[in-house]
Amino acid sequence: MAETTRTIVPQDGIGQAKSELLPPIINLRPINWFFDINRAMSLWPVTFGLACCAIEMMSASMARFDIARFGAEVFRPSIRQADLMMVTGTVSKKMAPAVVRLYEQMPAPKFVLAFGNCAISGGPFKFEGQYGVVEGVDKLIPVDVYVPGCPPRPEAILEGIFSIQEKITGFRWWPKAEEIKS
Amino acid sequence: MDLSLITFVQILVAVIAIICLMVANAVVMVYVERKVAGFIQRRPGPYEVGPWGTIQAICDSMKLLAKQIFVPANVDLVLFFLAPVLAFFPVLLLFLPIPFGPYLTPWKTPDGLVLILAFAGFGVLSNLLAGWASNNKYGVLGAARAVSQSIAYEIPLMLALMAVVFQAGSLNLSVIVEKQGWVPWEWNIVTQPLAFFIYLICLVAETNRAPFDLPEAESELTAGFHTEYSGMGFALFFLSEYANMLLVSFICATFFLGGYKGPIIDGFWWTIIKAYAVMVFIVWIRWTFPRVRFDQLLNINWKWLLPLGLLNLWITAIIIKVVN
Repeated sequence: MAETTRTIVPQDGIGQAKSELLPPIINLRPINWFFDINRAMSLWPVTFGLACCAIEMMSASMARFDIARFGAEVFRPSIRQADLMMVTGTVSKKMAPAVVRLYEQMPAPKFVLAFGNCAISGGPFKFEGQYGVVEGVDKLIPVDVYVPGCPPRPEAILEGIFSIQEKITGFRWWPKAEEIKS
Repeated sequence: MDLSLITFVQILVAVIAIICLMVANAVVMVYVERKVAGFIQRRPGPYEVGPWGTIQAICDSMKLLAKQIFVPANVDLVLFFLAPVLAFFPVLLLFLPIPFGPYLTPWKTPDGLVLILAFAGFGVLSNLLAGWASNNKYGVLGAARAVSQSIAYEIPLMLALMAVVFQAGSLNLSVIVEKQGWVPWEWNIVTQPLAFFIYLICLVAETNRAPFDLPEAESELTAGFHTEYSGMGFALFFLSEYANMLLVSFICATFFLGGYKGPIIDGFWWTIIKAYAVMVFIVWIRWTFPRVRFDQLLNINWKWLLPLGLLNLWITAIIIKVVN
């Protein structure tokens, strides 16, 4: 599994995530490979939405786009049972400690998907003199995959999940959109 | 009671077979539940992991196996790890008196129903321990709800089953099946429709399934009594939930749907088919009805099911007295 080691710029007064990834006790390559594939095929997201991009997350789990096809529809209400945290929307400075705490509460093989321009960089709220918005969630917690858009379409969230699967296993599992001829 | 060597070996083999059945059932039912949920909501459900998503449940279980087991601060360590185990293992015992087939009963005891009703309370105990030991307010609230709900619904459940026992004149589950015929109008569902209806509501409530899943109500209590459980602790709770579902479905098939009796030839396949039909029915109502409020849940029980159950038992007793 690709490890997320990234230095995080501290935000004053908010604090950033501290997490350490212990090496596996039995560090054998076939076993790691086996568990990595299983992890990639069942990414359970946490029921957690910050702003309007969460509507697109809900749309992705509904009938038309159906995130369940890839085994990622089990939205767990408790962070202890989730693997994937989709930061969907603007992270305000008031919400930032809660985001950091949620990340720290998640058990170890954990992945973060920054969804939408606000979560990536602050989006339309980034201007000189703004005081209320964290400019990018990667200043608080390590992010695995960025999905741009304002808001991104539900296909983009599927693509983001494919990218996380590729990052876990080192292998692209599903054909790319431009390779499919309709 | 003679516990000879043969009985002991028989029970040992049965326990191993039941463990395999419970695990296989959980794997199959996770897939079936997600697929049925998908079909009800007009989407395919798990589809890409394996052909038609068939190995999805195995991937989930392997992932949960390799997930970090998180122990929060200030938990009662012994109870915290005892609770999932206690949720899983007593269910084994409850499968013993069930007649799967004419010759396939793990333990033919004359007091089968007493055994089942006596040990059914262990599931609630494990929920209570889990909620209490995890030092979490949602856990404690979920545990309190689980206890009040399960204790309330055990009474009409027992009354519904007692009506059938009055009719058959025995607590032995094999005798209850033998008293029913193989055609549907000879089953107890025809002679005891009210008892069947009460039992159907109570089995959903007893297994903490939606619309009565108040102990783990996602909108109010984050995940109820298993809020703090990650990895295999959570998986064991999941396993025991499906095992409990399987148990109540088998009891439903035995008491009301004619058990192993069916057209052409009697056998365990009829029990399995009937039990899984009940299971799919439970899944169906989970994805159809919204969750009830907690006062509504207790009102349904104390104001409707309990008087109806008593009335049904009374009428059954009078009819049996008159006929005999």
